[in-house]
Amino acid sequence: MANYNSVTPEIIAELEKAAHGHVVTGADVNPDYAKDEMPIYGSRMPDVSIDATSTEEVSAIMKVCYENNIPVTTRGAGTGLAGACVPICGGVVICTTKMNKILSYDLDNFAVTVQPGVLLQTLADDALKHGCMYPPDPGEKLATLGGNVSTNAGGMRAVKYGATRDYVRAMTVVLPTGEIVHFGATVSKTSSGYSMTNLMCGSEGTLGIITEMTLKLIPAPQATISLMAPFEDLAACISTVPKFFKRHFHPQALEFFEKEILVSSEEYLGKQVFPRKIEGTDVGAYLLVTFDGDTQDELDPIVEKAAEMLLEDGALDVFVADTAPKLKDIWAARSSFLDGIEEQTKLLDECDVVVPVNAIAEYVGFVADVKKKFDFSVKYFGHAGDGNLHIYACSNDMDPKEFNKQVDEFMSAIYKKAMELGGQISGEHGIGLGKTKYLAEALGPVNIRLQQGIKKVFDPKLILNPGKVCYRL
Amino acid sequence: MNILVCVKQVPDTTEIKIDPKTNTLIRDGVPSIVNPFDGYALEAAARIKDKNPDTKIVVMSMGPSQAEAALRDCLAIAADKAYLVSDRAFGGSDTLATSYILSSAVKKIEELEGKFDAVFCGKQAIDGDTAQVGPELAEHLGYPQVTYGLEVSLEDDSLHVLREAEDGTEIIGVKLPCVVTFTKPSFDPRFPTIKRKMAARRAKIEQLSAADLTTIDLTRAGLKGSPTKVKKSFVPPRKEAGVVIKEATPEDSAHKLFQTLNDAHVI
Repeated sequence: MANYNSVTPEIIAELEKAAHGHVVTGADVNPDYAKDEMPIYGSRMPDVSIDATSTEEVSAIMKVCYENNIPVTTRGAGTGLAGACVPICGGVVICTTKMNKILSYDLDNFAVTVQPGVLLQTLADDALKHGCMYPPDPGEKLATLGGNVSTNAGGMRAVKYGATRDYVRAMTVVLPTGEIVHFGATVSKTSSGYSMTNLMCGSEGTLGIITEMTLKLIPAPQATISLMAPFEDLAACISTVPKFFKRHFHPQALEFFEKEILVSSEEYLGKQVFPRKIEGTDVGAYLLVTFDGDTQDELDPIVEKAAEMLLEDGALDVFVADTAPKLKDIWAARSSFLDGIEEQTKLLDECDVVVPVNAIAEYVGFVADVKKKFDFSVKYFGHAGDGNLHIYACSNDMDPKEFNKQVDEFMSAIYKKAMELGGQISGEHGIGLGKTKYLAEALGPVNIRLQQGIKKVFDPKLILNPGKVCYRL
Repeated sequence: MNILVCVKQVPDTTEIKIDPKTNTLIRDGVPSIVNPFDGYALEAAARIKDKNPDTKIVVMSMGPSQAEAALRDCLAIAADKAYLVSDRAFGGSDTLATSYILSSAVKKIEELEGKFDAVFCGKQAIDGDTAQVGPELAEHLGYPQVTYGLEVSLEDDSLHVLREAEDGTEIIGVKLPCVVTFTKPSFDPRFPTIKRKMAARRAKIEQLSAADLTTIDLTRAGLKGSPTKVKKSFVPPRKEAGVVIKEATPEDSAHKLFQTLNDAHVI
């Protein structure tokens, strides 16, 4: 593992030359720069933070850090859930949130070029004004696009439209050496050597610093309808999922969750939208599905067929949201699950496994069984349509050490099961700092050797985001 | 109980456009919705029906044939039957003429559906914002009225209406039959179920033309029957929301006021 140098007053002076007026040191550094949304994986204040404003500035900073062997960690809005932006070796943090301009639209090619600090919500809203949709739809709308690309964030619309990776056409990257490179192009297909854009997507700031991105857009669907189906229990709710695909319903989003997590979210929002009882029967779980298309008439028959199927499969009823306020209400509750959990929980850890769609029911059954052995409570919900599950271990009264010990055992067991079922460690949150051990176990020595080899090609001195993804400290 | 809910189809925006020549609304290209306040009126009726399952809810709208879509939305949510009052002779009606036509329609629909115990309206339509039609309808019908209703409950032969007042809420008891207009309560209208949605899509919307309204005096309807003359229409500039400072003591309030003005660099 690399040995890094300390940040000396001389180095700070050089950084000040590289990024004049943007260098902050010592106690003046924003304490938020020490962590992301999952501080349980660790936190550490950097020695220096720089809110960068241009590609050239990032390049100049990197040259100083490369020459002086100073660790550098890039961050966006800090909404990550795996500790990927925590500067665990100190050094310099480069924050991209000031690079927040939507630079240009290329509406002939359905592309938009943005700086990495543009927030997801900002682009989503702005694209709609141009008649376009940016399909990736992670729950955290205040994340930066740079962060979304770096974790290959997914979100609820991934069922139909794929994850962030599928919308990255090209990018400008500053390498750890300070060199500026361009990857990709605004083309629909390419067979031109290794796909560097795909390597960058999901690399969690370990290979280079993305300073500009060209993202793909699609014409905005004109009609959207969501169905909300309450079920008596989770098993029936989940078992209906694969049928949506077998019957060609092409849902835009397909989510399931239990009542408990919905109640936390609605309490957090202060608004009850979902029915908790249907004609005397307590609701145990909900399925939420969205369809989109060009016209309402095109959607109506699909929606009717899907609703019939849900009722046949045991849905207690099926409710329709086809107006803007109703759509907003039901998806607001879904989007606030994590906020609801965070507000009510002192000790929190999560896992973000993805399993084949037809294995969800078995997997959830396994998790429900395993959790009985532990003292913490387990809450989960999932993108039913793509097999991506978010499982949270929550406790308010356990000793933190005991919590960590038990969680480690719990996570090892459920990751192992996910791999057995043909799944992966992370569906969309990334490996960061928190999941490196599990990734190494899951990938095995040969795969890890390849990943570390790639890392070394980009970052020979291992100064960029040390201790993350495939290199553990 | 027999409840009539009056609804209006409105453009889904408060930024409506107005034809400078005719001074009437341009509806082309703007998606239409059920006026949100009418949605609250329908929800109030539905809540009465939840407790009194033998309640019948009839919805009525006046407007062009496109307004059928709004009525279907109401059928999907809670209404049992829908009437569209539509005739060229009604075009250009102001609030007085509209409420008169609606009162004539109420009489006609009562012949078909039985007497209504209550007529529910939204407090106002978001496109016109006059808040006049509901109260005027009550006058034409000769019914007592309560405006700015939030919630209602049926108590024997009267309704108890929780209504929004200047500084809080009050409960007013009103004898049936009556008119209640509704404003935004603390809850949202319910979601339509798919079964109701499908049934609503195929439901028959009863049509009432001028000829069907046997009691109507047509000189009191349409543009000619409207005493209101629109000289000019415009969208007023948006006013910034004010800040209410109400701390525990007057001293605290004064302190907060000073702090706020100071922070805003006003003083």
